[in-house]
Amino acid sequence: MTTEAIVGLYVFILAIFVGFEVISKVPSTLHTPLMSGANAIHGIIVIGAMLVSAAIGGPLGLALGFFAVVLGTANVVGGFVVTDRMLAMFKQKPGQRK
Amino acid sequence: MDLRSLIPLTYLIAAVTFVLGLKGLSGPKTAVNGNRIAAAGMLLAVAATFFDVEFQGYGATGLLVTAAGLVVGGAAGFTGARLVKMTAMPQMVALFNGAGGGAAALVSILELTRGLAGSGVTAGETITSMLGLMIGAVSFSGSAVAFGKLQGLITPRAFKYGGQQIVTSVLFGGMILLSLLLTASAAGAVALPQLLVMTGVAILALLFGVALVMPIGGADMPVVISLLNAFTGLAVAAAGFVLGNQLLIVAGTLVGASGTILTRLMSKAMNRSIGNVLFGAFGAAPAGGAEAGAAMRADDGRTVRSTTADDAATLLAYARNVIVVPGYGLAVAQAQHNVRELADLLESRGVNVVYAIHPVAGRMPGHMNVLLAEANVPYEKLMDMDAVNPEFPRADVALVIGANDVTNPAARSTKGSPIYGMPILDVDKAQQIIVIKRSMKPGFAGIDNDLYLDPKTQMLFGDAKEAVAKLVAGVKAA
Repeated sequence: MTTEAIVGLYVFILAIFVGFEVISKVPSTLHTPLMSGANAIHGIIVIGAMLVSAAIGGPLGLALGFFAVVLGTANVVGGFVVTDRMLAMFKQKPGQRK
Repeated sequence: MDLRSLIPLTYLIAAVTFVLGLKGLSGPKTAVNGNRIAAAGMLLAVAATFFDVEFQGYGATGLLVTAAGLVVGGAAGFTGARLVKMTAMPQMVALFNGAGGGAAALVSILELTRGLAGSGVTAGETITSMLGLMIGAVSFSGSAVAFGKLQGLITPRAFKYGGQQIVTSVLFGGMILLSLLLTASAAGAVALPQLLVMTGVAILALLFGVALVMPIGGADMPVVISLLNAFTGLAVAAAGFVLGNQLLIVAGTLVGASGTILTRLMSKAMNRSIGNVLFGAFGAAPAGGAEAGAAMRADDGRTVRSTTADDAATLLAYARNVIVVPGYGLAVAQAQHNVRELADLLESRGVNVVYAIHPVAGRMPGHMNVLLAEANVPYEKLMDMDAVNPEFPRADVALVIGANDVTNPAARSTKGSPIYGMPILDVDKAQQIIVIKRSMKPGFAGIDNDLYLDPKTQMLFGDAKEAVAKLVAGVKAA
């Protein structure tokens, strides 16, 4: 295996542990915002899409690259905005409570 | 120092913001900031990628394709997320998740095509590309079906046909077989039209995603969306291996792992295993179930008792303890503000009002909390199922607003019922029960609710918003 693949594997395995640990105790109220926030984070694929956007030329290749960037961006922007909207409802609005 | 050497460092910072973001999102006080920290990290990573050597190597073409993609995708994501109604939130999450899965599949296709056309690829690279493509495509089409089911574009019921398992297995087997063939071909073992085989894998994966989600009933969609969310994370991690990009690996794996945990938490809240959700075909109501229910009703002589808003209002106005049980009907009718008004009015008369929140009431966990928080219902009035269940026997009135399956006593008593064993709210233990419902139609699980036949139960038929507004008027007059 190449060094790059081994390093990637290290990162992969360690990230699994972090992912398991980081959300061990979540109140069920926050399940949906958390799912939505995690959903936005995998939108990081947009940088992968950028890196291959013009990897193969030609109309079809560029069209696929374009769609990859569109889908990735929609995932990022939509994901974070939706999560923010959900969370805004948990915020206390001053003066409206008894 | 070349500024480009800072790009990996920027990616590292982004990875840290994602961990902090997820951590923040798991606590009510830190959630808003957590989400924003992760978003800031994302922005940083995208900005840094513009300076990547490879990206700049594409010249103006790459810049143009990317800029156009960012504008179109950003506009679509932003308007979609801003305009969607709170009730439609789950399907919106499904849609964005599918977009991420589709992007991961396309990235894998593009990178593998480049490798095949260029310097050749190793077996390892082909396998990871295939994983990225297959998982991403399954997540894409599966999320699309989940969206269609929740949006009502396709039947929310479990869709079953003869030989279903065979078809699904064949699709899965064909997909795996073709990707193994492609791996062998890329290693030079066999000569094959590689692009054609890759297209075949993509098509089979898309079909498999549809076949996987179609037989699952609407009530289980939150669990399915969470699972597909974890899938997309893994597809992104696979794409990260293909591109040799650590940030994609970290972020994708984080979501894959935390998404798996979250899926387990959600299915546990419904007392089902993930395997049971995927293959149990919950929600495929036995044919003629409604008629059978009607016959049963006639047999034991119990009937549904319907009431008027004025009678129900009087009952509420002179109660001491009232427990409100909200459900999807409340979300659909957007009745949360009216419910709050009713609760305020009752409290001004000295009635003690609390809300009983089932973990999966509505269409997503936390759905009811979000809606009631929007109407400024104080957080401490919302009681979890475990906390509120012992309170029901002391409640004079339980007011069920558009909730069905989460109150069905069959979950406790009827062994054969599809929801047997699911924890429910013990609404039937209250002294009196008022159920606001549009009709006698069964809920998402597709089964009848014995609660409505209980002698203590009165049905107030109508739209939740109108019915609650009438109750408010009634209580004012009482």
